[in-house]
Amino acid sequence: MKKQEAIIEAQNLTVAYGDNVLLKNVNFTVNRGDVFVIMGASGGGKSSLLRVLTGLMPPAEGRILIGGKDFTAADENTKKEIMRHCGILYQGGALFSSMTLAENAALPLQQYTHYSPQAIREIADFKLALTGLAGFGDFYPSEISGGMKKRAGLARALALDPEILYFDEPSAGLDPISSRLLDDLIKDINDITGATIVVVSHELASIFAIGTNAIFLDAETKSITGYGSPQELLKNPPNDKIYEFLTRGAKHVR
Amino acid sequence: MSGLTYHIADNALEIKLEGDCGNFDNPSLAAELYALLSGGKILYLKIDGTSLTGWNAALSALSYGLSAAAERRNIKIETVRLPEDFERMRQLALAVHPHRPDKTVKALSFLERTGAGGLDVFKAVVKGGDFLAECLAALGRWIVGRAVMRRIDFWFALENASYRAVPIVALVSFMVGLILAFVGSIQLRNFGAQIYVASLVSIGMTRIMGAIMAGIIMSGRTGASYAATIGSMQANEEVDALKTMGIPPLDFLVLPRLLSLMITMPFLTILSDFSGIFGGMAVGVFMLGIPFEEYWRYSVDALGLSNFLVGLFHGWVYGIIIALCGCYYGIFSGRNADGVGKATTMAVVSSIVWMIVVTGGLTWFFSVVEI
Ligand SMILES: Nc1ncnc2c1ncn2[C@@H]1O[C@H](COP(=O)(O)OP(=O)(O)OP(=O)(O)O)[C@@H](O)[C@H]1O
Ligand SMILES: [Mg+2]
Repeated sequence: MKKQEAIIEAQNLTVAYGDNVLLKNVNFTVNRGDVFVIMGASGGGKSSLLRVLTGLMPPAEGRILIGGKDFTAADENTKKEIMRHCGILYQGGALFSSMTLAENAALPLQQYTHYSPQAIREIADFKLALTGLAGFGDFYPSEISGGMKKRAGLARALALDPEILYFDEPSAGLDPISSRLLDDLIKDINDITGATIVVVSHELASIFAIGTNAIFLDAETKSITGYGSPQELLKNPPNDKIYEFLTRGAKHVR
Repeated sequence: MSGLTYHIADNALEIKLEGDCGNFDNPSLAAELYALLSGGKILYLKIDGTSLTGWNAALSALSYGLSAAAERRNIKIETVRLPEDFERMRQLALAVHPHRPDKTVKALSFLERTGAGGLDVFKAVVKGGDFLAECLAALGRWIVGRAVMRRIDFWFALENASYRAVPIVALVSFMVGLILAFVGSIQLRNFGAQIYVASLVSIGMTRIMGAIMAGIIMSGRTGASYAATIGSMQANEEVDALKTMGIPPLDFLVLPRLLSLMITMPFLTILSDFSGIFGGMAVGVFMLGIPFEEYWRYSVDALGLSNFLVGLFHGWVYGIIIALCGCYYGIFSGRNADGVGKATTMAVVSSIVWMIVVTGGLTWFFSVVEI
């Protein structure tokens, strides 16, 4: 067992769009080295929670600590410094369409490091190779498939060897084998670099394969109704909804 | 001693990584190594990390890059005591073997380029012709009441191309009338014929300037938005969805926009005409001191019905051009943010060019039939 050290702490977090409250006063902690899965029904506010965690949107209430520092109240520079150590894979890939894959992956390196252009290109190619895109560096996003866009987005997220990686539905839209390979990759990266990974996922196989800890967001009560490792949640489901979710709709007989 | 050193023994390239390489970044050394690997003499690559204590992303990327280059040339790779994390990342990157894509751009000779350019122009003409024909077919379907057009889309487009465009058209045309009168008055003063500023402005605006101003404004304001909207829909696969549902995109997307501009452009032209005349009047009455009644009489006297109708007709044609250019570039837009940007630019540029070309044709036509 690794030593448990909190890296992300959400305290009394309320996520809302104006009057539309998605989550109310939730608390959770992500430990360093975790693969932390955020589960919940579609439209339950998982992407929105991720937007709050990555600072794209302020929480309506409460605060987030990252590495013990108050991320919510931090000024722009501190936020930037914290985000420099975070990589994000968006739900749709979010690649810049006017840049090649290598240029996409190189962008954060150009922004934050002082490597020579050659070294940057080499690092970008390395990250692309890690995600199975060796040789695709000169392709434009419009020239590759949806799953490849996801992987290229991942390569870009990995560019700066982040300590925290946020994934929004990494395996959505992938075939079972690619999705399995992506899971393996996520686990390998977590294992080798020790990066903490926060992942939004619906995919049961993937949740059980990679998740070391998980929360279940409930849209009705706007709260976290399950908190623990996926296996643990399946064995001792705190409520019927979670059991149904983790078994694709089987009814829970007590 | 720290850093990367290499030496060649027979046909083996031995690379030694030593000490703390946390600041490694040496493009020329990397280029040397790659050149050696592709030179054809090397059969073995050995990477020794026995005394490597620290490294950065550049070194780790280089070790992968060299390994991959070696693998492609069937050069045997041996690694000696690389740090575990370092080695696992290298292995991981090498392990995933995609099919290697071939993306080669063939260089064309001058003759081929010219030919290809000519073909492109020809294809563009055919494509434009097809589009025009399909639009006519869509209009035909609409006339017999069989087009798939949502009434709400039409009202929305109409609203957008009508009263919402009034302020900008009125303002700009007013300024143009002002300028026309001001510049004209300087010349006419030489003959003591300042009063004819009134006729100058009213003929100029009604015959052509009103329509041109309305056209240019609407192409920037509305034609561009058509291209951007439809282009984003294309990028979002919405246009594909329409097609697979059996809904002709032309009916659904082009008709409401085309019809509403055909309806509103003549009215906007009238608005532009009169705004311009009022602009001229402001100069005539307040700067040149021409009495209001007199200015008004000269303006109205000069206002021939035929000039007015010719102007209206121009405006109507411009409306068609703006809608067609906007929709055409939207529908054939590239499927990404860049493509939508280009589509918008092309929509505005080409509608203005077509407006000028068509004006030339119409002017010639009206002079032949002596209107
Ligand atoms: N920009 C926004 N403004 C207002 N409401 C929004 C906005 N984005 C999302 N919402 C609302 O927030 C709710 C949650 O959206 P969110 O994208 O976080 O869901 P999700 O859990 O990620 O769903 P999915 O699994 O389908 O991606 C939705 O009901 C949506 O209507
Ligand atoms: Mg989402």
